[in-house]
Amino acid sequence: MPEKRTMRVLIAKPGLDGHDKGAKIVAKGLKDAGMEVIYTGIRQTVDAILRTALQESVDVIGLSILSGTHLSICEELMEKMKKEDLHDTLVLVGGIIPKKDVNRLKEMGIAEVFRPSCTISEIAQFIQNRISK
Amino acid sequence: MAEEFKRKSDKKGKGSEEVTGLKETNTGIKVKLFYDPTDIPQFTYEASLGNPGQYPYTRGIYPSMYRGRVWTMRQYAGFSTSENTNNRFKFLLNQGQTGLSLALDLPTQLGLDSDDPLAKDDVGKLGVAIDTLKDMEEIFEGIPLDQISTSFTINATASILLAMHVVTAEKQGVSPDKLRGTIQNDIIKEYIARGTYIFPPAPSIRLIGDTIEYCIKHVPKFNSVSVSGTHICECGATSAQGVAYPFLTGIAYIQEVLNRGYPIDDIAPLLSFHLIAGGVQFNFFQDIAKLRAARRLWAKILKERFNSKGEKSMQLTFSTGGMGGGMTEQQPLNNIARIAFYALAAALAGSQSMNLPCFDEAYAIPTDEAIRTSLRIQQIIAYEIGIPDVVDPLGGSYYIESLTDFFEKEIIAEMERIDAMGGILRCVEDGAIQKQLAEQAYQVQKKFESGELIKVGVNRFRIDEEDRELEVFEVDPKTLSRQVGRLKQIKAERDNVRVESALNTLKNAAIEKTNLMPSILDAVRAYATVGEIVNTLKDIYGEAQHLSVF
Repeated sequence: MPEKRTMRVLIAKPGLDGHDKGAKIVAKGLKDAGMEVIYTGIRQTVDAILRTALQESVDVIGLSILSGTHLSICEELMEKMKKEDLHDTLVLVGGIIPKKDVNRLKEMGIAEVFRPSCTISEIAQFIQNRISK
Repeated sequence: MAEEFKRKSDKKGKGSEEVTGLKETNTGIKVKLFYDPTDIPQFTYEASLGNPGQYPYTRGIYPSMYRGRVWTMRQYAGFSTSENTNNRFKFLLNQGQTGLSLALDLPTQLGLDSDDPLAKDDVGKLGVAIDTLKDMEEIFEGIPLDQISTSFTINATASILLAMHVVTAEKQGVSPDKLRGTIQNDIIKEYIARGTYIFPPAPSIRLIGDTIEYCIKHVPKFNSVSVSGTHICECGATSAQGVAYPFLTGIAYIQEVLNRGYPIDDIAPLLSFHLIAGGVQFNFFQDIAKLRAARRLWAKILKERFNSKGEKSMQLTFSTGGMGGGMTEQQPLNNIARIAFYALAAALAGSQSMNLPCFDEAYAIPTDEAIRTSLRIQQIIAYEIGIPDVVDPLGGSYYIESLTDFFEKEIIAEMERIDAMGGILRCVEDGAIQKQLAEQAYQVQKKFESGELIKVGVNRFRIDEEDRELEVFEVDPKTLSRQVGRLKQIKAERDNVRVESALNTLKNAAIEKTNLMPSILDAVRAYATVGEIVNTLKDIYGEAQHLSVF
């Protein structure tokens, strides 16, 4: 059996909002699930997040957005990822995201949206299923 | 099935430890089955409680408490532009709200003007955008500032917003000494929990000292700091830490102004606190006892450590809010019940002011209906069910007094632990506190996921909910362009030479470390922007680092 590569996850906090308890909880949970996790810290621009994602060659970018800015931030990120040819990186969004925006985010290429009702194990499971495919 | 039930009933059978012995509560604190006089051996009425309005103020800081005046009902509001916010304020005042609470957007909180590229996604989103004095003037258009108190959730840029408020009042013909209200102005908890810091800690604390000093001299009825434990609790702190950290923080601010030669009894009355009742790990009786313990301990600290003689100094003034962390997305109407219990706990604990979360908190910025419902909860408690009639009705309960003693000791122990680690500032700068809170928050989350902690409607009593969508509040998409347009116009119309000269004076004051308030006031009067003032100071102070510990 081939050895399983450790998945690398970047948890990122874009925009100006500083409430990062959720981001840190997810970071800790994914680490406990056996993944390598990098947390950007707060107030990151999309460019800075992309730079870190490239440098660290991560498999997953998880964005934590609570301040209602998810549409514009995700749009910018997904466009820039296309330009960088980052097609294999899984992008997830978590936070206060109204249900009606979920489909729009998925249309942009966000793999999944985790709203306040989700659990860490659901997130970990989702990543494992998608990456091992 | 039958087997499962039997095992469970055996476990909780008569005489089992869980039923008659110590039981671990949802906060991890163990409690007895019932309490009796042996649980409060040190209790004496005079020393432990005193009458309401008497040292050590365990029962409340005023003799008549809510009979004299019910707590201030203040729901957090403010969005989009000054005009929208002015309308929302007038709506809330018409609904019977007795104070105002202004929410500022993140760019304003971080010292970015609305035309800053970093601000574009956030202008007018989580609060109103303020770029210049003009915005402040319009927010309070037709609202007499000598008759209504206003609370500003503002920290890194608090000195600038205070200056704008003072100048707006002057223009209404109201002298600063008549202004009532609060600026949050608590930077230490921003590094710990909320994230809207700009400058490194040392100059930030000096700036807080400047505002306190200015308020002592000119705006004495204004709470110049509201030290907040609420955000820290939302971020993973225990009940005791949620009082210990703000107390250590408050003491740091007091020390800053004591060092400038002001007596303690000039400084302490200008400090207020924002403490949690409610939230992720709410426990009804424990939250009440914790707040009573906080009141008693603060009085003792002021008297014994600072030799305060002033009643106003020893009286712990606090507002309470149980924050959004306790609200669930599932079965959102259940949140109305949770909010009511938070508010009842706050009232039974003798809070001076309440802002409650809203039932749609997990969906978006609250709608008018959700805000109004939270206000109505306060009004039901205040006017409908007899709560204000008797002060501290739980006082003397063996359980409550035992818990109050317990929390007083726990808070002291946590304060001593942090002091032994080099003090609050050191523990925040090296991220020790942030790391600990992240770990605690994670452990709590795991307990909810495993079902060890119960959240009704989430991990117990779930239903298959129809895919409902609450009516969700949306910010007017034209906000950004309107605000940027206004800013451009103001910059074109103002006297730019005057602005430049004011900013230059400010820069020199920052270099010489003199009180910045006079030069901030001059800059504000000249319609300098929040961003211009902050950038001037960034040049001298630099910026704080973002820690990424978890």
